[in-house]
Amino acid sequence: MPIIDWKRYDTQDLYDELVLPAGRARPPGGQLSRWLRSLDNEELQTRKIEAELAIIDKGVTFTVYSDGENIDRAWPFDIIPRIIPLKEWRDVEAGLKQRIKALNLFIDDLYHEQQIIQDGVVPASLIAASKGFRKECIGISPTHNVWAHICGSDLVRDADGTIYVLEDNLRVPSGVSYMLENREVSKRVMPELFENYSILPVDDYPEQLLGMLQSLAAGNSSRPEVVVLTPGIYNSAYFEHAFLARSMGAELVEGADLVVGKDDCVYMKTIQGLARVDVIYRRIDDMFLDPEVFNADSVLGVPGLMRAWRAGNVALANAPGCGVADDKVVYSYVPDIIQYYLSEKPILPNVPTYRCTNKDERDYVLDNLETMVVKPANESGGYGMLVGPQSTEKDRKAFQRLVRKNPRNYIGQPALRLSTAPTLCDHNLEPRHLDLRPFVLQGKDIYVTAGGLTRVAMKRGSLVVNSSQGGGSKDTWVIEGKR
Amino acid sequence: MMLSRVAWRIYWLSRYIERAENTARLVNTYHFLLLDLPRGTSVGWEPLPVISGAYPLFTDHYQRHDERNTVKFLLVDKFNPASLCNSIINARENCRTSREVLPEQMWEQLNELYNFALSNVARAVPRRGRFDFLTEIIKRCQQLTGLMAGTMSQDNTYDFVRIGRNLERADMTTRVVDIGAMYLQAADGASTVDIHVWTSMLRALDAYQMYRKDVQLAVTWRAVVGYLLQNHNLPRSAAHCLDRVEENIANLPRSESCLRAIRDVRRQLDTMPIEDLAELKLHEDVDVLQVGLSSIHAAIDQTWFN
Repeated sequence: MPIIDWKRYDTQDLYDELVLPAGRARPPGGQLSRWLRSLDNEELQTRKIEAELAIIDKGVTFTVYSDGENIDRAWPFDIIPRIIPLKEWRDVEAGLKQRIKALNLFIDDLYHEQQIIQDGVVPASLIAASKGFRKECIGISPTHNVWAHICGSDLVRDADGTIYVLEDNLRVPSGVSYMLENREVSKRVMPELFENYSILPVDDYPEQLLGMLQSLAAGNSSRPEVVVLTPGIYNSAYFEHAFLARSMGAELVEGADLVVGKDDCVYMKTIQGLARVDVIYRRIDDMFLDPEVFNADSVLGVPGLMRAWRAGNVALANAPGCGVADDKVVYSYVPDIIQYYLSEKPILPNVPTYRCTNKDERDYVLDNLETMVVKPANESGGYGMLVGPQSTEKDRKAFQRLVRKNPRNYIGQPALRLSTAPTLCDHNLEPRHLDLRPFVLQGKDIYVTAGGLTRVAMKRGSLVVNSSQGGGSKDTWVIEGKR
Repeated sequence: MMLSRVAWRIYWLSRYIERAENTARLVNTYHFLLLDLPRGTSVGWEPLPVISGAYPLFTDHYQRHDERNTVKFLLVDKFNPASLCNSIINARENCRTSREVLPEQMWEQLNELYNFALSNVARAVPRRGRFDFLTEIIKRCQQLTGLMAGTMSQDNTYDFVRIGRNLERADMTTRVVDIGAMYLQAADGASTVDIHVWTSMLRALDAYQMYRKDVQLAVTWRAVVGYLLQNHNLPRSAAHCLDRVEENIANLPRSESCLRAIRDVRRQLDTMPIEDLAELKLHEDVDVLQVGLSSIHAAIDQTWFN
């Protein structure tokens, strides 16, 4: 007995990525929909269990810190893929390329002439109060004048179908390894769909990443030495650090494996002795990179690393200081930033954003907390924010105080009605809210992953997709053709 | 290019896999030995925690030194750093942090071993489920060893795998011989220790059939000890393991001091006069060998891991 009847699938006036309100499949989801309907409950459960086993056997985990302990949890994966038509994706891709290009011009400008401030497009106070601005980076010109080499932007779709950029993660964005693992698992448990669909592959990412990183090396070495710098096995994204190093064939190093010599070059400790390092893909926050310059207590970093970077002897990706553009107030200016540097209209819209530094906008946010999402400027992982429609009176009171006390640190956005997709919950397919994190690389050229990591809130009605807070994930299929 | 830290992890990964297999083998064999020995034999389970080098730890935690506590100590206990479970946990941790230099299958299979061991080890404490569990562990460890042999680039990374494996083997072989030495002591120097003990020593190292084939002598303690320590063809004999360690060390850069350390130990081993050795002196000589093995490890640690 097939268990799926799209007529009984309630899309609740939201945009569903697979199912139209009439209960038909949105093209090109027809085949997926038919395939799902052809399965009986037992078959569907079998596939789900196969996927869970594949994830356990492959050791795909993420780490959560709880009760003073680091716990490795199996990566949560929903077998029903999320589909994006290729035609729509091409626009998104163009929008993301435009965005990273403008953001890198912006960062480079901030550490040089600050023309954009002189021209009055963004206020000087914004930079002065930014937590991500590093005065140590002023005057530095990294290769290609690019600072943010790897960017993970979060996209969401509202009820009317518009795709918005929710935020840009420029510091040490994570998740790409799960995008790749999700695809591997899909191929194992649903091989028949891959035969009939033309799904854009995602597995060239490590190759692209390596090429981009090698392009940052100074000098003419034909095989620059690239390493991935991790804070270590207790970091929540350690799985990904190891995954990326392995798939690029690069060394995975910790701070203690590296030394900066008297010649201001970076070396790693090997069984042969010391060996030169040209490019570091660092997955350590700025403040821990170099105890000589930043946090002096850092044991994760490498003393002298900033010296070596400033001397041009080593490339750091992302460059220190690029987090200045990873700030939710700066985010609100991105449309202007695109217009300013590229003289182009933004292809992807921002979510309308109210800056709490401005009195009128602040008052609007405070008067409408019930329908707004209020976010701190410099947090990630979904921490420290207020989701108005799901808040209590007490939460809202607390945020009234927080926002008034430090308006620069908050922005408000109308709570979007995020799109949904069918998700296997116990024995039924039910709509669950989701977002999408594509990954963008900029070195000499710009590259965007085909799709990205789809994160899905597993609880009914919940908008929180973070895996640290009970979110799950889906494979994302950018599909060519109409079927 | 190989990071010192990676070399260190690979070496220990390999040692821990070998240690897990050897521990399983030892408990398995001992179990059958005690079934074979006549009732009232003076030596019980005591020798196992003694040779594992953690006897004080064992006596700290357990008053009764019986089968159940011994098996639990060797297989399950978290506080025993050398327990089977800890060896597997540590092997997995080292693999998890060195996946970029290992075959992809390695992590999956080690992870399966880990899941199997932790969810089934309780079955092995009572006698009934013990054999099946331990046999499965041995099989899975051998599978990992085979996987590394069959898929890893034969470069410096693999040199560290082999050095770790063979040092651990040599170590275990000397410990097994030490069990025999304890029986000799318990018998107060009389060469009347049951033949089953020596047969078991051979079986613990899967060397019984090869002994039959290579030595063709009746099982006597001198013949067995000579075979396990000095035969250069038996994969688990101390001499064979040290030959391999020397070969692999010679492949590595900056190996002089390690080569000196290993040649010293080999000389001691080759000149051990087993034919004329007094029963009560065996333990002492084995002890000297074990100190030698530690000094090889120390030299390796000093040269490549720091």
